Order: sequence, then C-alpha cells, then structure tokens
Amino acid sequence: MALPKHASPLERIWHYTYLVICGLIFLFLIAPILIIIPLSFNAEPYFTFTEKMLRFDPTGYSTRWYDLLLTFGMINPDAPRDASWWRDVWENAAWVRAAKNSLIIGFFATLLATALGTLAALGLSRPEMPFRRLIMAVLISPMIVPIIITATGLFFFYSWTGLANTYTGIILAHATLGIPFVIITVTATLVGFDHSLTRAAASLGANPTTTFFKITMPLIMPGVISGALFAFVTSFDEVVVVLFVAAYDQQTIPRQMWNGIREQISPAILSVATILVIVSILLLTTVELLRRRSERLRGLSPG
Amino acid sequence: MPENEYGEFGLSAASSDGAFVEFDRVQKSYDGVTLVVKDLNLAMPKGEFLTMLGPSGSGKTTCLMMLAGFETATHGEIRLDGREINNIPPHKRGIGMVFQNYALFPHMSVNENLAFPLEVRGIGRSEREARVREVLDMVQMGEFGNRRPAQLSGGQQQRIALARALVFDPELVLMDEPLGALDKQLREHMQYEIKHLHERLGITVVYVTHDQSEALTMSDRVAVFNDGVIQQLAPPEDLYERPENSFVAQFIGENNKLTGIIEERSDNVVKVRLADGASCLALAVNCGGVGEETLISIRPERVQIGREGQANSNEARVEELIYLGDHIRCRLSVHGTDDFIVKVPNSAGHKHLVVGETTIISWETEDARALNPL
Repeated sequence: MALPKHASPLERIWHYTYLVICGLIFLFLIAPILIIIPLSFNAEPYFTFTEKMLRFDPTGYSTRWYDLLLTFGMINPDAPRDASWWRDVWENAAWVRAAKNSLIIGFFATLLATALGTLAALGLSRPEMPFRRLIMAVLISPMIVPIIITATGLFFFYSWTGLANTYTGIILAHATLGIPFVIITVTATLVGFDHSLTRAAASLGANPTTTFFKITMPLIMPGVISGALFAFVTSFDEVVVVLFVAAYDQQTIPRQMWNGIREQISPAILSVATILVIVSILLLTTVELLRRRSERLRGLSPG
Repeated sequence: MPENEYGEFGLSAASSDGAFVEFDRVQKSYDGVTLVVKDLNLAMPKGEFLTMLGPSGSGKTTCLMMLAGFETATHGEIRLDGREINNIPPHKRGIGMVFQNYALFPHMSVNENLAFPLEVRGIGRSEREARVREVLDMVQMGEFGNRRPAQLSGGQQQRIALARALVFDPELVLMDEPLGALDKQLREHMQYEIKHLHERLGITVVYVTHDQSEALTMSDRVAVFNDGVIQQLAPPEDLYERPENSFVAQFIGENNKLTGIIEERSDNVVKVRLADGASCLALAVNCGGVGEETLISIRPERVQIGREGQANSNEARVEELIYLGDHIRCRLSVHGTDDFIVKVPNSAGHKHLVVGETTIISWETEDARALNPL
C-alpha cells in the first residue's frame, strides 16, 4: 500500500501508525513461537534465558535436549553410538515411538476425514439436499463443541463399544475432529465450481462416475488438499482425546509433551516444539507450492 | 433446398410420425403449482435448424434442458428418432450440446477437451487424435490444440465448445444461447459459421436464443415462446411478414400498433374504427367479430409517405426525425398514437420531412394485420 502523493499530514501519520499496529499484531502472534527456538538450545535445565545465553557465550548453548529426545527411554543410552545404538533408539526411545504413533494415527485419520468430508461437502453442495444448514451444523459441531466434551463422550461411547485403547478408536476420533475442516475447505471450493461442467461431461457421454473422477475431482483438488492438511495438523496436535481414549502405551507427540511437562520439567519439550515448528513450516510450504503448481497446470489461475 | 420448401416439409412432418425430435403434450412444473411449459407439441424433421426464441422465463431453455435430459418432463413424452427418451439419462442420449458459458474443462488442454467424448466411448488413441485434428481444422483452430481454455479468447473458446459438441458425430446438437457472451461483430460472424456447419454436416440443431435477429438469420423454422406456450412456429419470413398474434408481431421486428373496434367484417377484411373515430381496413388474421376490440399491426417499412387516394390514407403529424445514415426514422402521430414509426429511405428522390409538418401516409390493406388485442 503505497502512500499517494496528495496524502495530507494526518493521512501520513495514520499510514505509519497503521503499519506499526500491523507489526505489533504480527509480533503478538509469532513471538511465543519464536521464543522457544533459542530456549531449546539452553545448556541449563531451565525455561528461561540464562546470563550466558544473553551474553551470547557459546558455552551457554548446547544441543543436549535434542540428544535427550533420542536417548530418553532407551535401554542402554550410554553405549557407543553404532548401528545397535540406533536400533535401540528406533525401537525404544519414547519420543521416537510417540512420533511413529502420531504419524500413523495422523495418516489414517487424515485419509478417513478427507474421504468422508469431501463426500459430505459434495452432498451438501447439491441444491436438492434437504436440511442442508442443519446437517452442516451437525457435521461442523466437533469444531465448535469444547474438545473436552467430545472427548468425554467418545470415552464412554468407545468403552461401551470396545474401541477404547485401540488405534482404530483414536483414528476414528481424530477423523471426527478433522472432518469439519475438510467440509469447510471443500465447500468453499465448490462455491466457485461451475456445475455446467458436469452437465457438459454428461452431454458428452460420461457417466456420473467418470464425470466425478475426471472432471469434479481434479477441479476441487486444491480444496481437498488444504482440508487434508488441516485434518492432519489437527490430529498431530491433539492431546485431550488421546488422553481419554488411548491406552497407556499409545503415546503420541502431544501426549508425550504433556507427560513431560507434568513429570519432569525439562527443555526437551522445547526442542520437540522447535522441530514441530520447522516441520509445520516445511509441510505448509510444500503443500502450498504443490497446490499452486497444480492450479497453474489446471489453468485455474492465469500465472 | 430452398428455405420455403424446407419450412413446408417441416410443417408437414409435424403431423406425421416420421419426426426426428418430438415433444408430445409436454408439461413442466418446478414447484408443482405453476407450469413453466404448458402443453408443448413440437415435431422436427431430421436436418432442421430450429430456433426457440422468446423472452427470458418463457420456457425455451427449460424445453432444451428437457431434451438434453437435465430436466425431467412433469407430463408428456419426448421422442428422439421415434424412441421415447424421458427415462434415458443425459449421458446415454448421444446429444451434443453447446453451453452458454462454453463449459470447457479448465484443467484440460483443447486437445484433451475434444478427446474427452471419444475417450469415454472407448475409441482408440490414433483414431481419437485423427478425429480431434479433423474437428479442430473444421473450426479453424488447428494450431491451438495444446492451449488451455483460459488462454483462449471468448470467440476461440466458443469454437472449441462447438467442436467438442460435434466431435462424436451426434445427429442432434443443442445450443443454449451460445453466442450470448460475444461482441456484436464476432456474434454475426459465428452465426454464419454455425449455419454453414449445419448445412455441411447435415445435423439437426435446436438453438435457443432471445436475440431475434440471430433467430431470423440462422433458422429453418423459429418457435416463438411466451408464457410456456409456442406462440407461432414458422419459417423466419412467415414469422416476420405474417405474424399470427400480437405477441409475435411485437416481439419480432419493429411494429406499429393501432387499436380499435371492429365495425364490419367480410371474409378476410375487417373495417376497424380507431380510437379517434377514423376507420381503416385491415386483413383479418386473428381477431373476433363485429364489436370486438382488435390490434392492427403494420410494419414500418410497409408505410408510404405522401401518396393519396389509396385504401388507407391517413393524416399524420411529424413528431421527430432521427437520422440513421441509410434511412431516416420518423416518429409520427397518427390517429391518436404518437409513436407510429415510418422508415424513409435516404435516397435522392425522396421528399424530406420537417418536424411539425402534416403529411399523408398510406398502406395496403393486406399489410395491416388485425390481431388479438394485447
């Protein structure tokens, strides 16, 4: 937003005030995330900046908490770091196990949420669908209802049906939480969808299945991908439902962090948080780049 | 085949069973209360170019959508080549269609768009490519095969949409206001191109438009729709020169209206007393008996200025003159109506009128058509 030449002094003052306000809001949003990155390199087991760190003394920094992520939970952490040590890490390190669980649960929950959410959005976008708003509200409700209530409900329901303490249970629960995001993003894509395209496909002889996979699906793909990403992040971040539904040995990253805060306060969770921030940024960037590329290839945007 | 003969052939086929496309007592209602299409009967022979013309909301697009299979008829039968198609889904009807907004698939190149109908029919790659090249050349778009629709202009997209509707050799092609989004010059050019394609390929075309000049230019026959009913189904020249009711006379071309009461009626001529007490003779086309109201319709170009002593000579006051290059449009006040339009050719021999002067205008009795009052 460039300042026009005819701007009055008052407009100039407002222009710069506005920029400062924007900067402050941005800082307010990003500061809590940025602050953990230097703290995770703390040499001492504190959550605060030590004097050495503030003086930028190299001895005030270390990667010991990143190392702890690997060694914590190992059978023999002090052995020489050869192949068998790494096998030990892979099999026994608590954080590595949690990461494996989180990825498996996240992957399947995303798959399920994306498939179901896309179907729901397609149905809800049809003009002949009765009670659209009501059904939409019900499907979106997991996003609005306090998570603790959903978790309690799931706990009793899953205990009764035997799904508690199983991976299937956690995956289903996380899919429930992810579906609203997929519905919202896919519905938003379908708003701009030209329904004469499906009619055109039918007039050209394509049956409804072919039309869906060749015409509808490629065109709503950007919305589906965005929704899937949100669903994955939701599952990856989720702790409350896991605390209620999962068995003791089914640790996920957020649950392991939760345990870490409660049991032994160590900056190890700061290093996990830093890794997660970096992974999230990479994930979002990759998906956004892929989405833009596919949009460009599909001729949906001119550039 | 000359157009007159074609029209008669079409009309005679309408009553026979050999029609290619047939609407038989078709009704359509969206809400179960009001009929959008009321008792539609229409028969088209093979190879005809029929235009459905009418104002928006007249039911013409609904008829096209029922024929394409995107809307179901509430009542009645639609037949294609003698076969009832009411219960056949659109993708099994084999009818080509050109949509108003082109409906090209944005994620496919022009070649892929054109190959799509062939692909779903399981036609092999080499034949597909040959066929695509052929239709691309047909619409003079040979070099644009690898472009995406977004990289083409409106007129080019229109050609591709046309080619895609023709690539699988359908016998019937439907067009839903396909030229609506183009500028005037391009639209006129495309009208001739579509007309020539129709003649060359011998396909049957049902064309929907609200643009009367488009309908008159392209069609073998025009069905004028209003209020869910076909008002008149006739070749263009009949429609313009011999409208059967006031709506058609009003809707097609320019038209002067004089309202009055019928005083005398012989076989096919009525004497009508106009609002200001004068009387005039008109051809009885669609009017009632003595004492009933009627509307006389006279085309502006059938009125002569300054000739006296004919059957219908009338005094007229010049209200306004508009210079239009090849002709001058005169607004006259005649028998109490002040929007009587006469077109005076801008030729050397013609007398020029002056605003405010009183002159005599006349017309032949058969050019004044007594129709139903509006």
